[in-house]
Amino acid sequence: MAKRVSLSGNEAVAFGMKQINPDVVAAFPITPSTEVPQYFSQFVANGEVDTEFVAVESEHSAMSACIGAAAAGGRVMTATASAGLALMWEMLYVGASMRLPMVLAVTNRALSGPINIHNDHSDTMGARDSGWIQLYGESAQEAYDNLIQAIRIGEHKDVQLPVMVCYDGFITSHAVENLEMLDDEEVKKFVGVKREAPFALIGQDPVSMGPLDLPNHYFEHKRLQAEAMKNAKKVILEIAAEYEKLTGRKYGFFEEYKMEDAEAAIVVINSTAGTAKFVVDNLRAQGKKVGLIKIRVFRPFPAEELAEALKNVKAVAVMDKADSFSAAGGPLFAEVRSAMYGRADGKIVTNYIYGLGGRDVTTTQIEKVYADLFNAIETGKYEVYNYLGVRE
Amino acid sequence: MGKLVEIRWHGRGGQGAKTASLLLAEVAFNTGKYIQGFPEYGPERMGAPITAYNRISDEPITIHSNIYEPDYVVVVDETLIKSVPVTAGLKEGGAVIVNTAKSPEEIKKELNFNGKVYTIDARKISEETLGAYFPNTPMLAAVVKITGVIPVDVFLNDIEASFKHKFANKPHVVPKNMEAVKRALEEVKGNE
Repeated sequence: MAKRVSLSGNEAVAFGMKQINPDVVAAFPITPSTEVPQYFSQFVANGEVDTEFVAVESEHSAMSACIGAAAAGGRVMTATASAGLALMWEMLYVGASMRLPMVLAVTNRALSGPINIHNDHSDTMGARDSGWIQLYGESAQEAYDNLIQAIRIGEHKDVQLPVMVCYDGFITSHAVENLEMLDDEEVKKFVGVKREAPFALIGQDPVSMGPLDLPNHYFEHKRLQAEAMKNAKKVILEIAAEYEKLTGRKYGFFEEYKMEDAEAAIVVINSTAGTAKFVVDNLRAQGKKVGLIKIRVFRPFPAEELAEALKNVKAVAVMDKADSFSAAGGPLFAEVRSAMYGRADGKIVTNYIYGLGGRDVTTTQIEKVYADLFNAIETGKYEVYNYLGVRE
Repeated sequence: MGKLVEIRWHGRGGQGAKTASLLLAEVAFNTGKYIQGFPEYGPERMGAPITAYNRISDEPITIHSNIYEPDYVVVVDETLIKSVPVTAGLKEGGAVIVNTAKSPEEIKKELNFNGKVYTIDARKISEETLGAYFPNTPMLAAVVKITGVIPVDVFLNDIEASFKHKFANKPHVVPKNMEAVKRALEEVKGNE
């Protein structure tokens, strides 16, 4: 039976980890993610989980210890943010290429510099090509739900990849809100008590892992890694369907909000989607045909499905809470426009970089984006690259 | 109360405005409401002005921005009135609740504000009932009464249960805290 609770995002994630009861958690604290290992270490100290908690001296070591434990066949989880994720960088690629399912909760925070503790998506967007599956969540509920599903997705025999579960620092990590938690037994049943590792450093048939891989095999291994990411698409939907049966909460690659007859749409990630839904409701009440797509799965990127969802709009604004300094738009924009090319042509597609370093994202800002889109539809005149809520 | 109620708290780091906002979220949650409670994090220094927020509704809440046009403003430290525009954006028909020994009329003048002003001497109540300055409990009671986000009788039952839980190791402080709550409910004064 689901339990109605009020928790912060970090509390929800820490309690989710407790219910999952992983073999190993190796973590190093960093704002705004610190509470996750802090709460979890209390569960370890109280004997409420069977987990080996490894307190390490840096995030590079945290990810290295996670890789070691996962290579040994364990179920492994950790948490970080921002510079902590950046310090894991080398090992992120190692973990993904060794095909080790691990779950990393990331409370999205701006990367330095200038140093800033607040939310944007520059940390995980930077890690988008590391080979990790990336799930994003709007609320504490979605962070919790994604965390539980992530275990099953990563460990699936056709996937065997690590998964990042991303949610907005402070906005989601530190705000208390309503959510529904599963019973401990339901989670245990859903994720299984143990990870079934098809290959491991220890056990009946131990294998060597992570050796030098020269030109005669490296490419084949990367090709297999790419195939695993493709396989993840099918698995993500299968696990979501199973989770929906358990909870009634529906998950896919993305959420479509009032998109049926939408002429102007926003594509956005994480908590801002909630603020934008409020605006969509208000504009709909005024008879404006607006909709919203909230990306849940960024890696693998659901290109065909997204193009299909956008095929009937006239104009779409893609909102990036990270700048890639490409001088050609943010990372989500590049993916969405590329996905639409050849599949949903002839649309107005614009980009808004917004909310960097925790700049508050208001309903007024979102209203402006929709107004810009309608203006573009009416006049045919618009800027492709825009910055929202910045002083210029 | 069908609609969304938005509350903004002004306090100083270390005074418990954040905790008070989380307590309010908790008591509203316990009556079946949808809630949000969140602080605006800045450089976390003792004594620095801080802001915290509550949204309370019968419907799920999706909006995740700060609150710019609150229905109610709560000022935990009256010295902030001089340095922070506490009534900024306050909705017409909204109210400000200030922790002060002064009268609502005096505060109204200081705020240069035409709307409703309520005052509560949380220091006096706290010191007389709890023996030290813990403004949270009386402030919370005053906010519940003025905002009406939950019925006062429901609040009284709920808060007593949560004090019994919180102070399981020192049950003798429960009646003192309840006295602080009841006095705050009686002593909050308004000027409309």
